[in-house]
Amino acid sequence: MPATPDATREIAALRDQIAVPHRTDRPVLPFGVAAIDDQLCRAGLAIDAIHDVAPASSRLSDDAAATLFVGGLAARLTGVHRRRQALWVLTRSDLYAPGLEQAGLTSDRVFFAEARDDAQALALAEDGVREGALGAVVVEVRRAPMVATRRLQLAAAEGGTPVLMLRRWRRAATCPLGELSAAVTRWRIGSTPSAPLGVPGVGRARWTVDLVRQRGGEPFSLIVEACDDQGRLALPAAARDRAAAPERAVARAA
Amino acid sequence: MPRHQRPPGRELGRRSEAASHPFKGRDATDGATQVAADQSPRHALAPLVLVTTAGQRQIVTAACPAARALGLMPGMAATQARALVPGLDVRPADTEADGAAIYRLALHAVRHWTPGAAPTVDGLLLDLTGAAHLFGGEARFCRRVVAFCRRLGLTARIAVADTLGAAHAVARHASGPVTVVPLGGAAATVAPLPVAALRLTPEAIAAAARFGLDRIGDLLPMPRAPLARRLGLAAVERLDQALGRVAEPIVAIVPFEAPAAERRLLEPIGTAEAIATVIADIVRDLVDALRQRGLGARTVELVATRVDGRDERQVIGMSRATRDGAHLRRMLCQRIERIDPGLGLEVVRLIAIRAEPLAATAIASALAGGDPATDLAVTVDRLAGRIGESALFRVRPVESDVPERAVARAGVLAPGGTWPAWKRPVRLLRRPEVLTNVVALLPDHPPRRFAWRGATHAVVAGDGPERIHGEWWRRDAEIDAIRDYYRVEDEAGARFWLFRRGDGVDPATGDLSWYMHGLFG
Repeated sequence: MPATPDATREIAALRDQIAVPHRTDRPVLPFGVAAIDDQLCRAGLAIDAIHDVAPASSRLSDDAAATLFVGGLAARLTGVHRRRQALWVLTRSDLYAPGLEQAGLTSDRVFFAEARDDAQALALAEDGVREGALGAVVVEVRRAPMVATRRLQLAAAEGGTPVLMLRRWRRAATCPLGELSAAVTRWRIGSTPSAPLGVPGVGRARWTVDLVRQRGGEPFSLIVEACDDQGRLALPAAARDRAAAPERAVARAA
Repeated sequence: MPRHQRPPGRELGRRSEAASHPFKGRDATDGATQVAADQSPRHALAPLVLVTTAGQRQIVTAACPAARALGLMPGMAATQARALVPGLDVRPADTEADGAAIYRLALHAVRHWTPGAAPTVDGLLLDLTGAAHLFGGEARFCRRVVAFCRRLGLTARIAVADTLGAAHAVARHASGPVTVVPLGGAAATVAPLPVAALRLTPEAIAAAARFGLDRIGDLLPMPRAPLARRLGLAAVERLDQALGRVAEPIVAIVPFEAPAAERRLLEPIGTAEAIATVIADIVRDLVDALRQRGLGARTVELVATRVDGRDERQVIGMSRATRDGAHLRRMLCQRIERIDPGLGLEVVRLIAIRAEPLAATAIASALAGGDPATDLAVTVDRLAGRIGESALFRVRPVESDVPERAVARAGVLAPGGTWPAWKRPVRLLRRPEVLTNVVALLPDHPPRRFAWRGATHAVVAGDGPERIHGEWWRRDAEIDAIRDYYRVEDEAGARFWLFRRGDGVDPATGDLSWYMHGLFG
């Protein structure tokens, strides 16, 4: 039976709806970097969802990069236009607040909760999210069962508060992103050599940003320059715009 | 003789002059030590008087029994008292502490004796109407109060009369410690007392003395108009108050009562749902009570009495005063699982142990943006209800260059601060870890390679040094200590924060060992 024009239009509208799993009028936080935003299905980080961030390896330097990535996001989520506070749920106390401040998350915008274990950390995060008064909730966990992440995802959608789940490595060989999760996006962050300066010194840090999985979109992988003091990422300058690299990299160390 | 040097009339032999009551301005502990001293004459204390400064001279306001036996009287000049008694112990009178002690006594009276009690400058007013029979009559009540005061180390003098004025006069001028004036006998009882007993102003007392009016009885037959002209209208009013012609109510003090709400249950309850329902009810009552008194609760205690008589107590604290019923209910319901109902709960009581004034506040305009801390208090309470207040904190700056000392924990609602803009790592090792196999040029180059946690890192870029001196004012060991911090990047892109002990020139500043202290992302 041939479809009437009305029915065709209706079906097309329905197809559009299911093509994007979430309503597109929900608020998002754009990264401000076209290369990232264009590849995210909602052109930014969904505010009412949870996002997994894991270090690329069990090395502490990658862990620090992932922490700064999360810190920069939290800084922008609690920034001027939202005027909210961030809750950072810790299980280990090696976070250094002056370093976070240099990613834009100043001490008057974040407060911490020290949890005994992962279960308590997740429960605290859920409490913080359900209240709906926070700008962002960061929770550092080693293990998060699927059920807990789904609860958190529901709470985040209800409270309109983003949850950034910083997953730390438990064993050297097992990536924490191997676990199932209800997160909308899952990121893997690692540190990578910075652009050589023409003079002795360390340049702006660079990270490898892998979007391992996103709901309704394709994974991608990029190298970006680390957060500035407002939490903003940037793309490395194209090769022709860079300063010429010196002959021997080791010479810069001296 | 000038007026201020003239001895008081009492010393001149005119016995009718008022003696203000002798223990005015005495501390309770003074009485106790005095009693102890009386019992052991070998360690007899020196006679004690208390003095106040009036203008340029010091006047004795109170004297201990030993001093009174030596002829020292309140009202005397302190210099005269010193001259009469060598070795006299003269101390300044502390009227504020006296007032505080009297106030405490009044609070005790309100709680235990009669609801109508008020402190005065030098005494306590009790309204015994309808309360004396609870103690077996007025006389027994007075003896009981005297005994109570004796246990405190105080000497009490009590008079019970129809009017405040009469009681005031009799208490200070009668012979015994306890006088009960019969009903309607006020006029007859106060008549032989001196005029000063009427709480008159010093000018009125002086005028009365000038006219030869020594006793209250002298005033009674006089026509009121001339009396008012000579002694002042206030004096006539005092006389009327003493005789009961003018009302003089006692303005009783009201002790603070913690707002509370209570439910007595017909049937004992034990299920979580039933307890939640009762909590919702009493929270509503408590919020009403708080609103009526303009208070907000900071600490709330839930006392649930079980059938077997045991009390189950749960205390919750709020980060700021609140009377938000939904918030209180949610926080209390978090604690239901910690209540052991046993065979059932019979009485549930909710008490705002700590309450603070909470008035209406203006909401900041939408243009200016709301105060984020107002929203935060509710969230903080909810989190604190789960892990306790001590596990919630904000990090505040401390003025110290030593990295591990630059941060301190503060309350969540405390303001934050900023650190200097020197590059700092985001992860700081709890304790610096020693590096091995370090290859570095002295005195101020970052290392070329180092080994840490079993891995060798070849450095391709480095920044530094950032020199941080020890805080010599804290420990002797830090007087010369120096750390040179370097930010380095290895060939894999990992960025570290390392330091070397010592400046590389002077051995006293450190042993040139290298440490890992933190990681940049």
